[in-house]
Amino acid sequence: MIASNTSNRIVIQPVTRVEGHGKVTILLDEQRRVQQARLHIVEFRGFERFIQGRPYWEVPVLVQRLCGICPVSHHLAAAKAMDRIVGVRQLTPTAEKIRRLMHYGQFFQSHALHFFHLVSPDLLFGFDADPAIRNVIGVAAKFPDLAVQGVMMRKYGQEIIKLTAGKKIHGTGAIPGGVNKNLTTAERDLLLKDLPQMLTWSRAAHKLAKDYTTEHLAKLAPFGSFESNHLSLIRADGAMDLYHGNLRAIEAQGHKIFDQIDYQNYLDYIVEEVRNWSYMKFPFIKSMGPEKGWYRVGPLARLNTADFIDTPEAEKARQEFMAVTNNKPNNISMAYHWARMIELLHAIEKIQQLLQDADLQGKDLMVQGQRQRTGIGLIEAPRGTLFHHYEVDEQDLVVRANLIVSTTHNNEAMNRAVQKVAHDHLSGVEITEGLLNHVEVAIRAYDPCLSCATHALGQMPLIVELLDHAGHLLDTRSRN
Amino acid sequence: MNDPIKLTIDGVEVEAQPGQTIIEAAGVSGIYIPRLCHYQGLKPHGSCRLCTVTVNGKPMASCTQPAGPGMIVETHTPHLQEFRRQILEMLLVEGNHFCMFCEKSGLCELQAQAYRHGITAPRYPYLFPQRSVDASHPDIWIDHNRCILCARCVRASRDLDGKNVFQFVGRGRHKQVAVNARARLADTTVNLTDRAIGICPVGALLKKRVGYQIPIGQRSYDHQSIGAEIEKSPCSASKK
Repeated sequence: MIASNTSNRIVIQPVTRVEGHGKVTILLDEQRRVQQARLHIVEFRGFERFIQGRPYWEVPVLVQRLCGICPVSHHLAAAKAMDRIVGVRQLTPTAEKIRRLMHYGQFFQSHALHFFHLVSPDLLFGFDADPAIRNVIGVAAKFPDLAVQGVMMRKYGQEIIKLTAGKKIHGTGAIPGGVNKNLTTAERDLLLKDLPQMLTWSRAAHKLAKDYTTEHLAKLAPFGSFESNHLSLIRADGAMDLYHGNLRAIEAQGHKIFDQIDYQNYLDYIVEEVRNWSYMKFPFIKSMGPEKGWYRVGPLARLNTADFIDTPEAEKARQEFMAVTNNKPNNISMAYHWARMIELLHAIEKIQQLLQDADLQGKDLMVQGQRQRTGIGLIEAPRGTLFHHYEVDEQDLVVRANLIVSTTHNNEAMNRAVQKVAHDHLSGVEITEGLLNHVEVAIRAYDPCLSCATHALGQMPLIVELLDHAGHLLDTRSRN
Repeated sequence: MNDPIKLTIDGVEVEAQPGQTIIEAAGVSGIYIPRLCHYQGLKPHGSCRLCTVTVNGKPMASCTQPAGPGMIVETHTPHLQEFRRQILEMLLVEGNHFCMFCEKSGLCELQAQAYRHGITAPRYPYLFPQRSVDASHPDIWIDHNRCILCARCVRASRDLDGKNVFQFVGRGRHKQVAVNARARLADTTVNLTDRAIGICPVGALLKKRVGYQIPIGQRSYDHQSIGAEIEKSPCSASKK
């Protein structure tokens, strides 16, 4: 429960087991200038508690129920942690490639969904456009080809997930030590059939995001932007790797804070802080402290941390992207969209490579090793680095779990973005619909999981409250 | 004495061997009567009541009732189907059955019966009982959350394995399967080769570390409903 020490604050009960509920409070000083702006995540999930006492092999299937948009990320992060529990450090080639295919399919569908259905209304119609048309229905009416592409690209990614995990949502493909199926040649051919079209559409989506960003750079560069550290997994040779790698963190100018850290030791480098006004923790880099150690994750961070991308078209796009900031880290919040479409291109290139690999038809699916007590699995989810950490007792039951999800890493950054937009765009006490959407646009750049629930209609169930210096509620606008 | 018994099941005249129960006689004739506690090779238990049919208009458990000459048996009247749905819904709310992540999903007879009977959500409130897990044994575990008290494990251990590992304790809603040991499964003589292991219709008595190894699409009830193997038998086709 969140409550204030004045009678004018609204008391909000926790909204349990739902996604997509956020609240923004904006506090004014006596001159009605913005003093404080906060994004509150009022969700309460409790997964870390209620998987205690469950057998470890159940966890990859159970925890993916955290989300309906990117369950594959949780499925695979948990499976990677459970690989360690069963003493496996290296999967069979077939198992790793099936998991990677599932993961790239997930990236493809998630990024396509976010860009075409959730963000494109802002980009195509403008932040201040009439909300009656600034939604996915409006996009479908005015840009029907784009709307169809979004649907079909998402469908393609979902088909990959179905063929590797058994179901489009909440499948069972990854099990501790491997996978439970390979990809038959018939299934492969089914995916190869639509691949050329997906490549074409991915190139076009990337061009749309690139052109929009470069053409509106003067407006977008300061919008909700700030310098920050960036964190992601990175391959041993410095390449972007969305499935596996070591941890790399850089500061705003690109200098490395730490590099090639085995994520089994993440607790030596990352700490979580609890604040009393949000259910979401605030992680930070231990050596830098909470004030300076917060960081961003996700597409923007991954583009900034990577030395290169190992697929040709995405690498060319990365170079164009980095050139905008003279090969220094890009700290523009709205550049997340362009970065996301570079990853979309990378994902489809990876899918193309994998579908041509005969290992996908291999029969060797599982390995076993010496049972361990602790398992840590990290993966780059569409929204950023995802941490799963479990301890399993001698009876095979989970006794402790800690999950740090992508949106949690970006908590401080999203709050900064909200503060920046509030400072720059709030004038007077009346909250206009345009202001409301400016705040949403800044949050939406991060593709936070809280917005999943009502994303499809372009309206997050967002509450904006305006308080005076004494904490009295001056105005409120809400969408639900 | 060994002449076949003639009776009518769902309007079809069938023959039963002396000593056969109605559920067995129906099965031989390609008529599937839903069941959960019944298991071929085990002594009938008659506890789940899902196999209830009407014999000359009176309800009887077809797994315990021997076939008799001249019986008029109805197995799928609307009243009986509704009765079965109510039993299934009560079973679903009485335990903690989370099909969405249960490793028995797609292989579970309770889930399959629910699908067969068109149950999308139970009409009764969930009881969410507090139940425990016994994972003390190195290879086998019991999740009491999912137990439906069918006694298959009790009977199999006693009659097939000769071990008597499982037994019921408690009464009414407090009744549960227990092990014939001081406290834990690990203290019993049960092992992986026992017939009792693998006979559980739900996800209550399971082998460890094998969950989810059968991919979705290849599980028992992914493509056909429970009972289809009986209904698809050549005998069934000839009756229809």
